[in-house]
Amino acid sequence: MRTRVNWRVSCRLVGTILKWLWVPLVFPLGLALYDGTALLPFALPMVGTVAVGVGLEQLTEDRELRTREAFLMVSLTWLSIALVGAVPFVLADSGVIAAPVDALFESMSGITTTGATVIVDFDRHTRAILLWRAVLQWIGGLGILVLATAVLSQLSVGGAQLMETETQTQDVNKLTPRISETATLLWKIYLGLTGLQVAVLYGLHLLGYAPSMTLYDAVAHAFTTISTSGFSPRGESIAAFSPAVQWAIIPFMATGATSFMLMYFVLRGDYERLRQSGEFRFYVGILALLALGVGTVLSIDGAPYTSVEAIARHSLFQVVSIVTTTGYASTDFNLWSSGAKHLLFVGMFIGGMAGSTTCSIKTLRWLVVVKAFRRDLFTASNPNAIRPVRLSGNVVDEGTIRDIYAYTLVSLVFFIVATIIVVVDASRVQLNVSEFEAMSAAAATFFNVGPAFGIAGPLESYEPFPDSTKLLMTFLMWIGRIEIIPVLVLLTPSYWRS
Amino acid sequence: MRVIIVGAGEVGSNIAASLAGDHDVIVIDVDPEKVEELTYTSDILAIEGDGTSLETLEDAGLRESEMLIASTDVDETNLVTCGTAKTASDVFTIARVRSANFLDTWAQSDGAFGVDFMVSTDLLTANDIVRVVGIPAAVDVELFAGGLVQMAEFEVAEDSDIAGRTVEEADQFEALTFAALVQGGEVVIARGQTPIEAGNRVIVIGSLASVHAFSRTVAPTATPDDARDIVIVGGSNIGYHTAKLLEERGIEPRLIEQDSERGRQLAESLPKTIVLEHDATNVEFLTGERVDRADAVIAATDSDEKNLLVSLLAKNIGARRTVAVVEQGDYASLFEAVGIDAAINPRKATAEEIVRFTREGQIENLSLIEDRQAEVLEIEVDAESTLAGRPIRESVRALPAGVVIGAIARNHDLVVPRGDTVIEPGDHVVLFVSADTLTAVMNAI
Repeated sequence: MRTRVNWRVSCRLVGTILKWLWVPLVFPLGLALYDGTALLPFALPMVGTVAVGVGLEQLTEDRELRTREAFLMVSLTWLSIALVGAVPFVLADSGVIAAPVDALFESMSGITTTGATVIVDFDRHTRAILLWRAVLQWIGGLGILVLATAVLSQLSVGGAQLMETETQTQDVNKLTPRISETATLLWKIYLGLTGLQVAVLYGLHLLGYAPSMTLYDAVAHAFTTISTSGFSPRGESIAAFSPAVQWAIIPFMATGATSFMLMYFVLRGDYERLRQSGEFRFYVGILALLALGVGTVLSIDGAPYTSVEAIARHSLFQVVSIVTTTGYASTDFNLWSSGAKHLLFVGMFIGGMAGSTTCSIKTLRWLVVVKAFRRDLFTASNPNAIRPVRLSGNVVDEGTIRDIYAYTLVSLVFFIVATIIVVVDASRVQLNVSEFEAMSAAAATFFNVGPAFGIAGPLESYEPFPDSTKLLMTFLMWIGRIEIIPVLVLLTPSYWRS
Repeated sequence: MRVIIVGAGEVGSNIAASLAGDHDVIVIDVDPEKVEELTYTSDILAIEGDGTSLETLEDAGLRESEMLIASTDVDETNLVTCGTAKTASDVFTIARVRSANFLDTWAQSDGAFGVDFMVSTDLLTANDIVRVVGIPAAVDVELFAGGLVQMAEFEVAEDSDIAGRTVEEADQFEALTFAALVQGGEVVIARGQTPIEAGNRVIVIGSLASVHAFSRTVAPTATPDDARDIVIVGGSNIGYHTAKLLEERGIEPRLIEQDSERGRQLAESLPKTIVLEHDATNVEFLTGERVDRADAVIAATDSDEKNLLVSLLAKNIGARRTVAVVEQGDYASLFEAVGIDAAINPRKATAEEIVRFTREGQIENLSLIEDRQAEVLEIEVDAESTLAGRPIRESVRALPAGVVIGAIARNHDLVVPRGDTVIEPGDHVVLFVSADTLTAVMNAI
């Protein structure tokens, strides 16, 4: 049977990406060399990925990527990088992540910038392995930026056409006309922000405000902050560092979840854009409102924080960390009161701005949902009125609104089904998981947040879940990161039928 | 003056009839019947021919003419006619167009299409409609600088806050200049200490919003508040421009359009207008939408019959005022006879505008105050002007006493003139000038 999909082209392009995967592997290899730890876990996948990549490139000469091939390529890219990324964990053969399912979970959690970990004992692992986790997240963040701005917009998926509406003005429709130029631009901003954060964090250390923030820690955290992913080489996450470090990380998480297109205009001195962008106002408003809510609950609770500064810091840090889907912990929020935890839980469903490294449903979609629903309420009482939905003054296409309603609904259905499977699977192996814990774990993986509550809390691990649940969560992270549609499209018969 | 008019339709014949008394008028039209009819009814020379052909134009005496008016019913023909005429002579060309798009293009670049002055029927009609429903308290309203600046003349009511105050005390409005007062038929330039009394007329120049705000102070009972309920029926270009002009005045009108695609288009380009998709001749719908309580209903569909029907329906169920657009000029008086408050004929309005322009000469825009005692006019400032490059405080000292600088339009933005404002070359300035100093002022600027 001939299919309508030229899968060879997709595989060939995935091969090109795999071929270049040896470059990020240089970071942990270098550190392993410096530390005198095992080199093989990194050297072998380096050779392997180049070999597989070059092999796939031989499949065809054709390089033309059409819509169908692009869906396949996007899905396969994230999956294959996760597979390659898991190899060092298996080869290092230390701790729980040596088991293939756990290694894949950890690697997928890395490349999808989730930050959910199965590691129990962080001290068992070499610094090189822990750095590899951070590097995976850093390339995952960059990958999603390029995907969201360059590829998904071509496929008219994932609210990318909306992003154009949002950043549109009379003069500039797109950032730059060519995909490669856009990608270069984003990559420069991304690199600049990473460098800045390393400088700030290590600067705090040199100035004596952050005794435990070594250069290694500064780099590892910068890699996982701007990509809003949240792996930390420390078991205590950001709680291991001083208040100064915690304050310094907040703006970087918030920036990572801000539209990079908007950032480009701001860097050019066009500050007016911030005020004009309805989504930016909405995003900042949600962060402020939730942080205020959590802060209020923590103040009423009293313990364990005594100072106003600590309450302000932890409520702001945790809200920014969860809403931007970073997933760092400045404190063990598992110990918070139920009210504060549920407020944080709501944050998992929101996400940052479209066109950033954030995951989840994203503020752009929520803003359109809110506006479209308000419009529907208006037309309910004025049945003859025609009222377009506007975003920052520009009209949003009705088809796009329908897509966004559908996406939001499908996301929530996936979340509910995943929750039920987690609960059922846990009771199968007689693991004690409450509904709230299961809900938070499903949301934290599907929306790529990272830590959940209870059993998979911020200072805990996903290790206790059975392998079947871990595989489900790996799948959830995968489809959640690439906006569901590219993977689901592959499951429809009409996609393949010739 | 020798004037060539291309197009002997309603607009062309109206202009021809108005100008025939003082000028040599030559009319060109392709339709031999119209040409014949015109020759019999008026004392003008009518030629049969195509106005876009240079030969015909030259036969009509293009080289000896000072002005050419292209007034056919086809926009493109009018533009091509002006362009053709410009290739052979430097005659002053006036084009009538329906579409405001051409006007936008023309306003953005000097001499586009070879047209020296352009009148957009749609925009002009919308302006007339808004003038009728917009500011009822005003005696006279004129727009300048492409609709950015408004001049209005108000009668000061007994219950007005500004009655009994001086100009300085009354001048509490942003972006508004007090130009003059009319006291007992005499135009008096507004100075800080000039007293304002009830019954006086006051002439102000400023932004549309500020003039509207002022109208509420000067005549509180005659100017309804912001929540003015205006319903436009018909999403024609006239309907669209009317809604847009009302939006600019801070009013949120409702617009009823039957066609859903056109309705969507209108709703997208008119953010403050509530667009309703329905047939407006349905009484149940009109009462359901509370059109009976509307302050004004404007019928602006493309059909005269429908406009008549809608206006009568609206009036019948209780709408306060009804305004109808009438394409067929003969019907206008009939419409008013059966109870419609104002019937506006786009062609008549266009002819009037063009005639007014030919009379007033080549100043960009102008309005006459109180039997030519004073004029409000708009000029573009060039580098040699007394006004250019220095603060208004200094340039006014160099000018005769009877001048008030009302407003400045710079790059399509309104600049409020204050003592230290510097006027730049290229700015459009709206001036109030009293008649006795007019010549001296025009020479200086």
